[in-house]
Amino acid sequence: MEATAYVGVQDIKPLAQLLDKVAEHKGCGTSSGSGKASCGSSAGPADMSPEVWEKVKNHPCYSEEAHHHYARMHVAVAPACNIQCNYCNRKYDCANESRPGVVSEKLTPEQASKKVLAVASAIPQMTVLGIAGPGDPLANPEKTFKTFELIAKTAPDIKLCLSTNGLALPDHVDTIKSFNVDHVTITINMVDPEVGQHIYPWIYYQNKRWKGIDAARILSERQLLGLEMLTERGILCKVNSVMIPGINDRHLVEVNKAVKSRGAFLHNIMPLISAPEHGTVFGLTGQRGPSAQELKALQDACEGEMNMMRHCRQCRADAVGLLGEDRSAEFTTDRIDAMEVEYDAATRQAYQELVEEQRQAKVAAKREELAELAGADSDIKLMIAVATKGEGKVNEHFGHASEFQVYEVSTAGAKFVGHRRVDLYCQGGYGEEDALPTVVRAINDCHAVFVAKIGGCPRDELKAAGIDPVDRYAFEFIERSAIAYFREYLDKVAAGEIVHQPRGDADIRQGAYVAAA
Amino acid sequence: MAYMIVADQCTGCCACEPECPNKAISAHKSIFVIDPDKCTECVGHHDEPQCVAVCPIDDTCIIDETWPREEAA
Repeated sequence: MEATAYVGVQDIKPLAQLLDKVAEHKGCGTSSGSGKASCGSSAGPADMSPEVWEKVKNHPCYSEEAHHHYARMHVAVAPACNIQCNYCNRKYDCANESRPGVVSEKLTPEQASKKVLAVASAIPQMTVLGIAGPGDPLANPEKTFKTFELIAKTAPDIKLCLSTNGLALPDHVDTIKSFNVDHVTITINMVDPEVGQHIYPWIYYQNKRWKGIDAARILSERQLLGLEMLTERGILCKVNSVMIPGINDRHLVEVNKAVKSRGAFLHNIMPLISAPEHGTVFGLTGQRGPSAQELKALQDACEGEMNMMRHCRQCRADAVGLLGEDRSAEFTTDRIDAMEVEYDAATRQAYQELVEEQRQAKVAAKREELAELAGADSDIKLMIAVATKGEGKVNEHFGHASEFQVYEVSTAGAKFVGHRRVDLYCQGGYGEEDALPTVVRAINDCHAVFVAKIGGCPRDELKAAGIDPVDRYAFEFIERSAIAYFREYLDKVAAGEIVHQPRGDADIRQGAYVAAA
Repeated sequence: MAYMIVADQCTGCCACEPECPNKAISAHKSIFVIDPDKCTECVGHHDEPQCVAVCPIDDTCIIDETWPREEAA
């Protein structure tokens, strides 16, 4: 993170210079392809009503496409929680941890409001302010809504959203509506209390601690009621589900149906994060998380008419920046107290217009390449890992990548299907191993890896593992490159030069986005 | 006649503070403390002590043995 120079308001002009500067911080490429809204996002304006598109187009969590260009921030004003989850441990707090429920410092609404203005000035593509904890925003309603009130007053262009376990949601839906919050995320891990009792040891509801199946039943009823009330009021609703193999993995298909029928806009199935050192119940019982293939298979199974989110980075309750990066260390309370913050809405808007141009260029490039593919007939699907730092381009060196984005390419086009962490910080269970085999395991389900540059040694090791290292698309748009690579691949298969073989499974790694390479 | 919060267990999450029917809980630096003069163990208010019911960390809100127990109403 030291590598990223702090951008102050005074540096924001001229815009072209800024673009270069901020481009360094961006974190992604893009998606789409199957012709259907695959990410509430890869979906473009043609796939949804204009009102919905207007709501999601700049929201990195609700739009996969937007997440390559726009940033979000969370403010940790809500420490209290009203339920206990077996994947959460509220005692643990480590700067190298990246998971919901973890923060480095709690803020008052006033501190949070100042932080939002400081970040909005420094990161003009920051379009969304979310409250996600570290407890539950609606278990801290006064702090949550006070924060919204302050921000709506000083920075009305910033979208407000919150993420809740849903227990208290029905009590607050009208207040949420009154603050023009148009994105709410509910974490729903089950719709069957029999399943729920293995995930939630207790809830606190109506002045009583409920346990076991009663707790799960009440929670589920409140979650689904809250979801219905939100969608009735036109508030976009994302449902997060934690995939816990052996506990709710198969059941999540039922959850998907239940939330879809109640009008949820987007479903985000995330892998369980559990390591013994987190001190969570699941961490201590050795409950494993899913592999990359297990996760993708479940996401694919749920991807009917429902949009599936696959770009979630399971970020901290105080994360700042693009998804896949965390600049929160630049905006600690000490630093913000020392800042003179001036909110410059016009500069933000001008900057965002440039981002929009860039985004359109990328969409056009993909369309052109897809036209070239027209007429090709093949069942082959390739998975391609991409080293990128944003703008939808192949623009990161192999050795500098802290994550790879994964695209699936077929005759239908290139589609973003996930991301793989490869940085080496605070990763449970991997210890001091060499970086390279770890990277290979993380992208082992991919046929190729696109990079801006790669050294000779990793190149040979990747080849030995059966992964094609590709640097000829350096600084090109990801999707166009993926489709071009796929066309060549099909030609080679047709000519008998190569035999197509499916790849194996890959690891999902856990940890924090805290260090730049 | 009072509960107490084990200081080195408290995470300062503040969940207990608004639930106390006696306003006996307040912030003290980064953690919370119960005023034993105000605590009634929630007798007469609720079926169970609210701080115990809501606290995310087991065995953090415990009986203060130095105070006599509250009689059930």
